[in-house]
Amino acid sequence: MTALPARANRTSRSILKATTAAVLLLMGVAPVLSAEGGPDATISIGSLYEPQNLDNTAGAGQGINEAFNGNVYEALFRLNDDGSVSPSLVKDYTVSDDGLTYTFTLQPGVTFHSGDPLTSADVKWSIERVTSPDSKSSRKNSLKPIASIETPDDATVVIKLSSRSISLPYNLSYVWVINDAAKDLQTAEDGTGPYALDGWQRGSQLAVKRFDKYWGAKPENGEVVFKYFTEATALNNALLTGAVDVITSVQSPDSLAQFKDNPDFTVAEGKSTTKLLLAYNDRVAPFDNVKVRKALARAVDDKKLLEAVWGEYGTLIGSFVPPTDPWYVDLTQVDAYDPESAKALLAEAGYPDGFTFTIDTPNYDPHPLAAQFLQGELAKIGVKVNINVITANEWYTKIYKAHDFQATLQEHVNHRDIVFYGNPDFYWGYNNPKVVDLIKASEEAKTVDEQTEKLKEANVQIAEDAASNWLYLYPQIVVSKKSVSGYPLNGLNSQFFAYGIKKAD
Amino acid sequence: MLIAAAVLFLLLRLLPGDPANALVSVGADPEQIEAARRQVGSDLPIAAQFVRYLGQLGRFDLGASFVSGVPVLQEIGRRLTLTLPLTALAFTCAILFAVPLGILAAVKRDRWYGTVISVISQLGVAIPVFWIGILLVTAFAVKLRLFPSGGFPTSGWRDPLTALHQLALPILTIALVMSASLIRYVRSATLDVIGSDYLRTARALGADYGEALIRHGIRNGAVPVISILGIELASTLLGAVVVERVFSLPGLGSMLLSGIEQRDYPSVQGVLFISTLLVLLVGFAADLVQRLIDPRLRGPSGDRS
Repeated sequence: MTALPARANRTSRSILKATTAAVLLLMGVAPVLSAEGGPDATISIGSLYEPQNLDNTAGAGQGINEAFNGNVYEALFRLNDDGSVSPSLVKDYTVSDDGLTYTFTLQPGVTFHSGDPLTSADVKWSIERVTSPDSKSSRKNSLKPIASIETPDDATVVIKLSSRSISLPYNLSYVWVINDAAKDLQTAEDGTGPYALDGWQRGSQLAVKRFDKYWGAKPENGEVVFKYFTEATALNNALLTGAVDVITSVQSPDSLAQFKDNPDFTVAEGKSTTKLLLAYNDRVAPFDNVKVRKALARAVDDKKLLEAVWGEYGTLIGSFVPPTDPWYVDLTQVDAYDPESAKALLAEAGYPDGFTFTIDTPNYDPHPLAAQFLQGELAKIGVKVNINVITANEWYTKIYKAHDFQATLQEHVNHRDIVFYGNPDFYWGYNNPKVVDLIKASEEAKTVDEQTEKLKEANVQIAEDAASNWLYLYPQIVVSKKSVSGYPLNGLNSQFFAYGIKKAD
Repeated sequence: MLIAAAVLFLLLRLLPGDPANALVSVGADPEQIEAARRQVGSDLPIAAQFVRYLGQLGRFDLGASFVSGVPVLQEIGRRLTLTLPLTALAFTCAILFAVPLGILAAVKRDRWYGTVISVISQLGVAIPVFWIGILLVTAFAVKLRLFPSGGFPTSGWRDPLTALHQLALPILTIALVMSASLIRYVRSATLDVIGSDYLRTARALGADYGEALIRHGIRNGAVPVISILGIELASTLLGAVVVERVFSLPGLGSMLLSGIEQRDYPSVQGVLFISTLLVLLVGFAADLVQRLIDPRLRGPSGDRS
């Protein structure tokens, strides 16, 4: 009961306290606001992303990465919060000179939560789950170069590739290593991580408990409970009232003031990989014309939009690549805001009087607002925008699958996803052979430097082609109680490593 | 029931979208999407899907969720342990508020507080549920810290006091909204009774006002109110959707909502099927209670004269 608003004066405070105590006494309920801190603390994490099931190859959604990556399941490699990749269940590895054979030595003494020891057979089985025909993993494509997996002994895995794949360690950081004897992975788990699943109440919360036989460093807390909310306001109230300790990523800028001005909370800003973009269907007129796309890019004042949505937060981007990717180049000056030249370019392209098109707009924030903003901006250069609001589910059918659209708004959350521009069959249909070759060559590069050079070149090219209209990079904001620290800030690929979170006594 | 099931089935399929979409994410290739469609059966013609659904329904098998793989009936059962007590408690509270206030508003309609009660109940009918919910959260959870702002303990009802404490605000929210409309019905039913001949006769025979009202009035006034109560109870059960959302409660309503968002047909059909069943049961119960209270409703209509 010490967390009353600071502005309440003493008299009203004591009256409140007395009433509160009386009411609680009447109800026979003890105040349960302050849970204990220390090395066995329970950390409550508030999130808007409840997993739909517990299997990341069966369409569980981003919530499962948040709750399970690095916490319950580990992979051969770990994608760290700063974007670097380091060995996890792999102790050592060697690559053959032709880059086609990777030999991994596994960490010794690793046990699954069920008690079985980790062997190379488990690793083989786990990778084949992702590459199997039934897999719904979005990572399946990136593992295509894998030709075979051999297990000469219990501690060694040999992966043979059909073509070089410089990002193999990175791609393997998404592949959970699961006990090959595990069953029913949609509702249960058997991983090697520092926590084991302790209970999942659908629609409400998921609890994981410290696993005592964990091979690595002991977590800084005893138990972690992910509490799920469908509404940002309800989530914020839960933090305000002490029902959760930390919010993984704040999605409503308006609510930040109440935490920023309050000494009981910490507001921390990390680096995000979530991009908002207006994706054109580059296959259809008029968007198959580079000049039209460039004109539209110049007609939109991204800065004004970002300020309208996020105030002082967020970052402007000139292409699809966020500053945390190694191949980032500052491209914000390419097709910078310039309505006059936009008009001229449009006339040059053969549309002196503009044209009309429809933006398929997902029905959740911030898309509707962004669509209205674009409508206003483009009207100034004579382009009329119709807004068609659709649900996330329709988006997949109409746009992702059928490519039946002119333009759409969408947020893309993943790290290192410039590779989508190298796939002419992707929903936006951008097809520049030079970019396709660069992205393919970058994956077959011999060194990371070579890979980075190639992707930088591709990055500049998609910006020059105004392949899509990249509006801004979302901020990544984590809010916690003052007493809680040690949580990841960037949350790359929605991961939220919980083992470092400490709660003061 | 069968017609309701068929209509639901068709309406759901008219929604644009595909349940398989909940299983894939950006980056999936066309073969993966087709595999997902095969898994959930959305690649079959609608007629074939319907036959399959009817077959399941005949065995009282509501299927398994496309998204989580959990049997729908089991999930509904778990969620009813929240929604049913929530509805029942809110309903009881609403009756406790509304009946005395409604009678008071009718009997003392010429006094200022009678008018105040009527006005407030009119206002209450006009205010949306979620707004009351948000107001209560702001006042009692965020400012006063008396109650949690939402959620339900993992232990469920094993610790009933904690569970009640968690549910206090949602119960109050539903009870307030419900009693607003109930007060009006109770008031008008009471007004009818007050103006009736039998009450005048009873008083002429020497009973005082209160006694006459209690002996003859309540029974008579209760009959129309109970049929309204049945309807109200049914709508509360369904209206829990909004309240569960505001308070982040893992009940039937939130299951319905997320099911619709993900086009998880088995979940949506299951929830609607079970709630239709519940609504029918409530209506039947209301009918029974009416007959118990009013003997004139028991026999064939000829006896009534």
